[in-house]
Amino acid sequence: MIRSLISSLALGLAGLSLAPAAAAEPVAILGEKVWTGTAQGTLTNGVVVIDEGTIVSVGTGAAPAGMPQVKAKWVTPGLISAFSRTGITEVPGEQSANDTGASGSPFSAALNAADGFNPDATPIAVTRLEGFTRIAVAPDARAKLFAGQGFLADTSGLPGSVFKERAFAFIVLGERGASLSGGSRPAAWAALRGAFDDVRFFTARYMTHNDGNVLTRMDAQAFMPAVKGEQLILIDARRTSDLEAIIDFKQENPMLKIAIVGADEGWRVADRLAAMKIPVILDAFSNLPASFSQLAATSENAARLAKAGVPVAIVNLDDSSHQARLATQIAGNAVANGLPFDTAMKALTTVPAEIFGMSGLGVLAPGACADVVAWDGDPLEITSAPTAVFIDGVSEPMESRQTKLRDRYLSLDTSERPLAYKH
Amino acid sequence: MKKLLWSAGLGVCLALGACGGSGDGKKKDDVSRVFDPFPSTYTAYPSATTLITNATVLDGKGGLIEGGSVLIEAGQIKAVGTDLTAPDGAVTVNAEGKWVTPGIIDNHSHLGAYPSPGVEAHGDGNEVSGPVTAEVWVEHSVWPQDPGFTRALAGGITSLQILPGSANLFGGRGVVLKNVPARSVQEMKFPGAPHTLKMACGENPKRVYGYGRGSFPGGAPFSRMGNVAGYRTAWIEATEYKKKWDAFIAGEGDEPTRNLELETLAGAFSGDILVHMHCYRADEMAIILDLSEEFGYKVAAFHHAVEAYKIADKLADYGTCSSMWADWWGFKMEAYDGIRENIPMVHNAGACAIVHSDSDIGIQRLNQEAAKAWSDGKRAGIDIPIEVAWQWLSLNPAKSLGIDDKTGTLEPGKMADVVIWSANPFSVYAQAEQVYIDGALMYDRNDPAIQPVMDFELGQPGEGDNK
Repeated sequence: MIRSLISSLALGLAGLSLAPAAAAEPVAILGEKVWTGTAQGTLTNGVVVIDEGTIVSVGTGAAPAGMPQVKAKWVTPGLISAFSRTGITEVPGEQSANDTGASGSPFSAALNAADGFNPDATPIAVTRLEGFTRIAVAPDARAKLFAGQGFLADTSGLPGSVFKERAFAFIVLGERGASLSGGSRPAAWAALRGAFDDVRFFTARYMTHNDGNVLTRMDAQAFMPAVKGEQLILIDARRTSDLEAIIDFKQENPMLKIAIVGADEGWRVADRLAAMKIPVILDAFSNLPASFSQLAATSENAARLAKAGVPVAIVNLDDSSHQARLATQIAGNAVANGLPFDTAMKALTTVPAEIFGMSGLGVLAPGACADVVAWDGDPLEITSAPTAVFIDGVSEPMESRQTKLRDRYLSLDTSERPLAYKH
Repeated sequence: MKKLLWSAGLGVCLALGACGGSGDGKKKDDVSRVFDPFPSTYTAYPSATTLITNATVLDGKGGLIEGGSVLIEAGQIKAVGTDLTAPDGAVTVNAEGKWVTPGIIDNHSHLGAYPSPGVEAHGDGNEVSGPVTAEVWVEHSVWPQDPGFTRALAGGITSLQILPGSANLFGGRGVVLKNVPARSVQEMKFPGAPHTLKMACGENPKRVYGYGRGSFPGGAPFSRMGNVAGYRTAWIEATEYKKKWDAFIAGEGDEPTRNLELETLAGAFSGDILVHMHCYRADEMAIILDLSEEFGYKVAAFHHAVEAYKIADKLADYGTCSSMWADWWGFKMEAYDGIRENIPMVHNAGACAIVHSDSDIGIQRLNQEAAKAWSDGKRAGIDIPIEVAWQWLSLNPAKSLGIDDKTGTLEPGKMADVVIWSANPFSVYAQAEQVYIDGALMYDRNDPAIQPVMDFELGQPGEGDNK
């Protein structure tokens, strides 16, 4: 009697999908190919040993005896989404379930996207299942060209998964920046320069009142690290002339840390971007003159920028909250259009890590965080998928609301009971 | 002779020679029974007799032929097999290591109606003046210079359906096009393709009208029940309209006054106009199936059908298609239950599954969307051979558009709409190298001379670039 009680209890626990994740125990992850992201390159029949949340060794020797093993076709570092809205909106089309932006707020640069982050949001697990262990999350610009403060998080779905708040300031130039500034690019640049001015003369300007030329006191304060060059600034811009203007701005203000988001016509200024060491976060699907700012868009943008020496990160800018996961497919297409495979992998790992200063991420190296993904094939191939995902050495559940829906409806037999009893 | 504008399903068209079809002596069954004052003027471009050899051929009806050949003659598929020889003077294309498939057909596109660049003046896809606008025809919005057509061509799209948007309960007529650059939409219209009607379920109509954010246009529907009442009211009017015409054709009474809206709806009763229904949720699709039986029309395909997997058995019983994305989900409530296995689960239930784009980006790689769904199905235990899965891309969409007797497979006598892929098209690294439409080589990745550049792109940055 007691035994059957215990076993049914155990069964019940096993059935709990949201049971606490297992502790970070030692595991040997074996890959027919191991893409390291370091000078070690891609190992054949490699072994990655992890313990206590850290990578212990990366090599081709035998796996340590007695250690639990995970075997895979490919092993890679956990992928990093360099620009997403994952976790700050559950359903973008529902205002009540969307914290990406605030058109009615009097604040702008001070809006802290981390305040809207929900680790329980269903897109977190959906994104993790496709091999993304870290995400850079940006607010959306709705009221002014200053969208606010972005953050960095892991995709464990646990409390405390934001590991860096205010990691970057996000601003939008080009057509959208113009529209958010009153209707023209000159208005946008006036706002940007005015904001810099507000910050530089912060003490004097806000001594007697709360408003500057452009920014409120709170916004100016929040924007200060960016202006001082202590915080990364992500700038969304597409057209060649917009990109040139940003490069000029950086030349005038060499202390600024700038990366460009979008850069659909970036290949036309590739040499200047490379010379100024400005990285680019792009969507390699962009190949249409979708606006007058994207006339020269081409699927070869990533390849041409990388060839010129520009650090390139690849993301999905189309649906950045729920489909950030498609960055692997987008990177694969960039490879089909001339980007070397290794550079495409770096666009999902080491380059984002460098842009955001995430040390110990994006690589498989001794001492690095044990963010590791085991795949059933080439990670950029559309028919491949992860078989195991580790974050900080913890084996993550390979389950999401989507997989539960799938499992419920794989059989449509309702002859005994409605499907709602299947869970 | 009485001048009839709409045939009430009697299979006649007495509109004084103004019926659809190209009027170029094509077979009689190519002629639509629906009055079409804007008939197709498409004719196939000149083509060489072409033998494609040594390829892995997916014939589009479920067969895979290793070391296969496809013979194209007079714009048609002449033969498919392993032991074909080139006729005298034929062009031979050695496709060793490459794959050959039927051209992809996207049955859900807004190219031309929402073209690039997406400026305000180009927003021609939704007639948001009222929830029932069955009187509008999207072909009157299609701008043939949309560069999106050429990008889709480079992705192996040989035919596509352009639909009005989903703001309205009845959005208007759709149009099926051959994906050839043209000066007018008539030069693109697929000869003999039935007309189609776009309808929409769910959130969009009720949001655009009922909630309308307190502004234009406002009014019903405010709710899903309002949506259904709106459909039924319109179908009742159409029933009356059809009765008047039936009576007139039978020799009773005066000729009724034409009504563009009801003419379209009545065409759906007769089956001459195929109904394409934007619907995400399973429960709403189930309502629509009953609704169609109440009024006696058939739903040719549900579009988006994000929850089709929940009622795949019912969709199979009814015999309709579901046009789906591989993995779009969650962007609004009715897309919240999207799963990656939707397409294979619908297929597995014996229902007609279609991969569609609804996107000027997605249309460029529908083969990849199919591949994702195919592999996700496989991981869930639904193992479908790749040659069977290809039906999601060509044959099934052709069926939903009523053109499967003309294209969609590599069968002798069909239009030679053919793609040569650099590798297995279910790989992310594969690209369409050559695209033939009616046997004419319309795109060649390795020859800039065979890559169209639209008017809009001339004299602009990036003109003639690799796209």
